[in-house]
Formats: sequence, structure tokens, C-alpha cells
Amino acid sequence: MEWILNNLPRITDLTLAHLMLALPAVAASFLIAVPIAWAANRVRPLREVVVSGTGLLYAVPSLPLFIVLPILLGTGVRDTFNVIVALTIFGLALMVRSAADALDSVDAGVRLASTAVGYSPAMRFFSVELPLAGPALLAGLRVVSVSTISLVSVSAVLGVQSLGSLFTDGFERAIIPSIAAGIVLTAVLALLLDLLLVAVGRLIMPWARVGQS
Amino acid sequence: MAIEFRNVTKTYPDGTVAVDNFSLHVPSHTCTVLLGSSGCGKSTLLRMVNRMVDPTSGAVLIDDDDVATTEPVALRRRIGYVMQDSGLLPHRRVVDNIATVPRLNGASKAEAHRRANELMEIVGLDAAMARRYPRQLSGGQQQRVGVARGLAGDPNILLMDEPFGAVDPLVRVELQRELQRIQTELRKTIIFVTHDIDEALTLGDQIVVLKKGGEVAQIGKPQEIVEAPANDFVAQFLGLDSARRSLNAAPRDGGGWLVSDGRGRPLGVVDTVPDQHTDTD
Ligand SMILES: Nc1ncnc2c1ncn2[C@@H]1O[C@H](COP(=O)(O)OP(=O)(O)O)[C@@H](O)[C@H]1O
Ligand SMILES: [Mg+2]
Repeated sequence: MEWILNNLPRITDLTLAHLMLALPAVAASFLIAVPIAWAANRVRPLREVVVSGTGLLYAVPSLPLFIVLPILLGTGVRDTFNVIVALTIFGLALMVRSAADALDSVDAGVRLASTAVGYSPAMRFFSVELPLAGPALLAGLRVVSVSTISLVSVSAVLGVQSLGSLFTDGFERAIIPSIAAGIVLTAVLALLLDLLLVAVGRLIMPWARVGQS
Repeated sequence: MAIEFRNVTKTYPDGTVAVDNFSLHVPSHTCTVLLGSSGCGKSTLLRMVNRMVDPTSGAVLIDDDDVATTEPVALRRRIGYVMQDSGLLPHRRVVDNIATVPRLNGASKAEAHRRANELMEIVGLDAAMARRYPRQLSGGQQQRVGVARGLAGDPNILLMDEPFGAVDPLVRVELQRELQRIQTELRKTIIFVTHDIDEALTLGDQIVVLKKGGEVAQIGKPQEIVEAPANDFVAQFLGLDSARRSLNAAPRDGGGWLVSDGRGRPLGVVDTVPDQHTDTD
């Protein structure tokens, strides 16, 4: 605890650096996964291929990906863009299936009714299907968020600054409190972000917690 | 607005012939009931009117205009549609659900809400329900909201697909009565789909009894169908052959008459019965 207080400025910087890597990746995973999922659901024969295919990306070992990606992207290994792309790939691996299932789960009767009252297909997607898939999309997003926050730390091995650096530094220099702080703070950050997502979900989807059918 | 089905056939991609060469004239300002068992093509016929289903051959005309020449989304916004399980949007409050069509038609939010409140009154919904979500309503109340939404765009045509099929019998009777009351005021051209004979006899100005594939077994006013079923199928469907509709009256101890059906099931009590139809000995 004392170690944390003594190193507060550095820890704050690392926390911000951690978020700067994680948040864009989480957002990008979500924004890319939803259209892929939508398209996969529309082209039925391809759905399983797309969903399982992206899911398999999660099996790619993270460290080699962090190292190989710069070659493909033409960036440096320590470039944050490289890390964000890698994290986005892992995020997609989780989010595409979640989003495909979420969009699929929208009640057929509600879809039919909204077509019948005169929603155009695009309006129906944005004002009916997307909001109704919201709770399931949020569930997927929460998994991506936790997974991304924890994966960011791996990039510290390459020398990219994040809360993972507390772990790698502590390991090199045998500072136990630094290692402990790295682990605990990563977990706390994941938890806080999760709570934030839940709170935002409640705010924008008040209907989801109402009654039962 | 009169509706005309002209030799319509619908073959679904899997080969199912849901409707085979069906023709019907639906007079304006009246309620036409499509009556038939599940799977006989009622919903398919209904959905041809607002182009949720396009016929494989034949045409549907509204006031002599082929609906195929109208853009489907625009067409649907001027035709009311009410379905079973109401199909309400669970993420929109009651007032917003009812306001859907006016909003789609470009009304301002305030204007659409004013219209929605008006309709809540017409269909007998307490104003306190406006801010609730559909899930917070009973089945009967949800159906009222469904009817209100169907009427909100002030359509000339109302399509109703077993709208009261999922509510309990008491509520169903109440909803039917409300619909009759609304219809005497608004006089829409209604096509009402049901498999419930009593509902058809209650609501229909004209009843179309359907067999599988949308084959017409009989078209007529309720009393015509009860008095003179065109064939065994209709008689059977109405329960005329099973003595359900042959009535007897027997005097009660306390005065009046007990009416029962051919199987002896008591149906109700009447004060007087015409002599020639009694069964007193
Ligand atoms: N989208 C569809 N694809 C294939 N068959 C269908 C489809 N919709 C309905 N059918 C079939 O067409 C027939 C008529 O269906 P429908 O019009 O829904 O009847 P009803 O409303 O009288 O129950 C049924 O055999 C049904 O299984
Ligand atoms: Mg049906």
C-alpha cells in the first residue's frame, strides 16, 4: 500500500496508458463486430463459418501476434496502434458471436409487427432490432471489456507501457509490491469498467429490467 | 376503401401452396371475417393486402389500384395491422408504441403523443398506462394498445390477424364488444382473421369460411351461414352437425325457460319462448 502511495504519479500514468490501449480496442471490437454479425445473419449459409472463424482468432497466442502484427501493419513493435489492433482482433473473436446471437434473438413477432406498421428495413434495424439486442450485446461487451483489460498487460513484455509494466518491472527488479499492485490494479480496473458498462446499460435501457412477459 | 382479391395464389419457396386461386370482394366500411382452421392460408391472404406477402400470381386491389404498384413501406403506413400477442415494441412506452405510425408519417413527437392519448381513450385504456412498458400490462390491455396502434395512423383499412386469440374468454368478449363499438363510430374496412366461430359470428358483416389452401367453402352474412350452411364442411365447422347449435328450452321452477344445446349443455335462461319452438313435454 505504501509502495502504491509512493509511486502514485507513475501508477496514474500507467493506468491512463492502460485505458488508452484498452478502450479504443473495446470500442473498435464492438463497432466492427455488429456489422459483421448483421451480415453473417443475413447470409445464412455463411453465418457459422464467419462466427466460428472469428471465434478461432481467440486461439491465436497473444504474444506472437503482438510481434507479427507490426510486420503486417508496417508499424513498430512498441507502437500503440499495433497493440490496439491486436486487442481488437481478440475482441472481435469474442464479440462477433455474441453480436450475431444477440441480433438473432430479437423476437420474430416484434420484427414482423414493425415491418407491418411501416418501418423500412434500415429503420427497423436501428430503432427496433439493435435496441432489443442491446442487453445481449451488452453482455458480450462486458466479456470483451474484461478480457481486453487483462490482455493489455501482455504487451508490457514488449515494452509498451501499461499496468502490466508494474508486473514486468517488479519481476525484473524483484519488487514484490509492484508485482502485486500490477495484478490488483488490473483487476480493479476491469471491475470498474464493468460496473460502468452495467450502469450505462441501465441508463439507456430502462425497459430491460421491467416486468416479465 | 374496397379490397379485391383477384385470383391470388401463393406458393412459398419451399413449395407449400398456401393459397390457391382465391378471389374475394371486401366491401368498404364493413368487417369481413376470414374464418378457418390453422394453416388454411388466412394470414397469407391478410398479408397480401399490405404486401408483407406478394402473391405468386393474381393481384390484390385497393379501390381498383393494384397494391403491387405501391411502395410497400408507404402502403403499410396507411393500413392498420393488429396481430396476436400484439407485437408491441417492448422497449417503447405504451404512448410511444401507439404513436409509432404517426411518427413514421412525419408527425412531431408532441402531435403524435396527442394522437396516442386520444386513441388510448377510444380503446378504453386508462391514461395512467401511457408511461408504462408493454410488459407491465395485462394481455388484454396489450391487445388494446395493439388496436390503438393499428388505428393511430387513421387508416381506412384495418387488418387484424387473430388479434384476440391469446387472451382469456372473458377479456376476449370484452375486446370484441369494444371493437364493435369502435367500428360503429369509425367504419373502417376491416379484414379480421380468426378460427373462432363465435368471434366470426359476433364481428362479421360478411364471413368467409375457408378450407385448406384458401379454398372458399362459403361466403355470407352470419345468419345466412348459420341458417343455410352451403355444405357439410361449413356445417361441421360451425358445429351444426354436433348439435352444438340446436337449441332446446325447458320451463324452470321459478318461471322462465332454461335453454340448452343438443347435448343438454345449459346455455342460459330466457323469460319467454315462442310456443311453436318449445320442447315442454
Ligand atoms: N414463410 C412461409 N414459408 C413456407 N410456408 C409457409 C410460410 N408461411 C406460411 N406457410 C405455410 O402456408 C400455409 C398457410 O399458412 P398461414 O397463411 O399462416 O395460415 P393460417 O394463418 O390460416 O394459419 C401453412 O401450411 C403454412 O405452414
Ligand atoms: Mg395465421
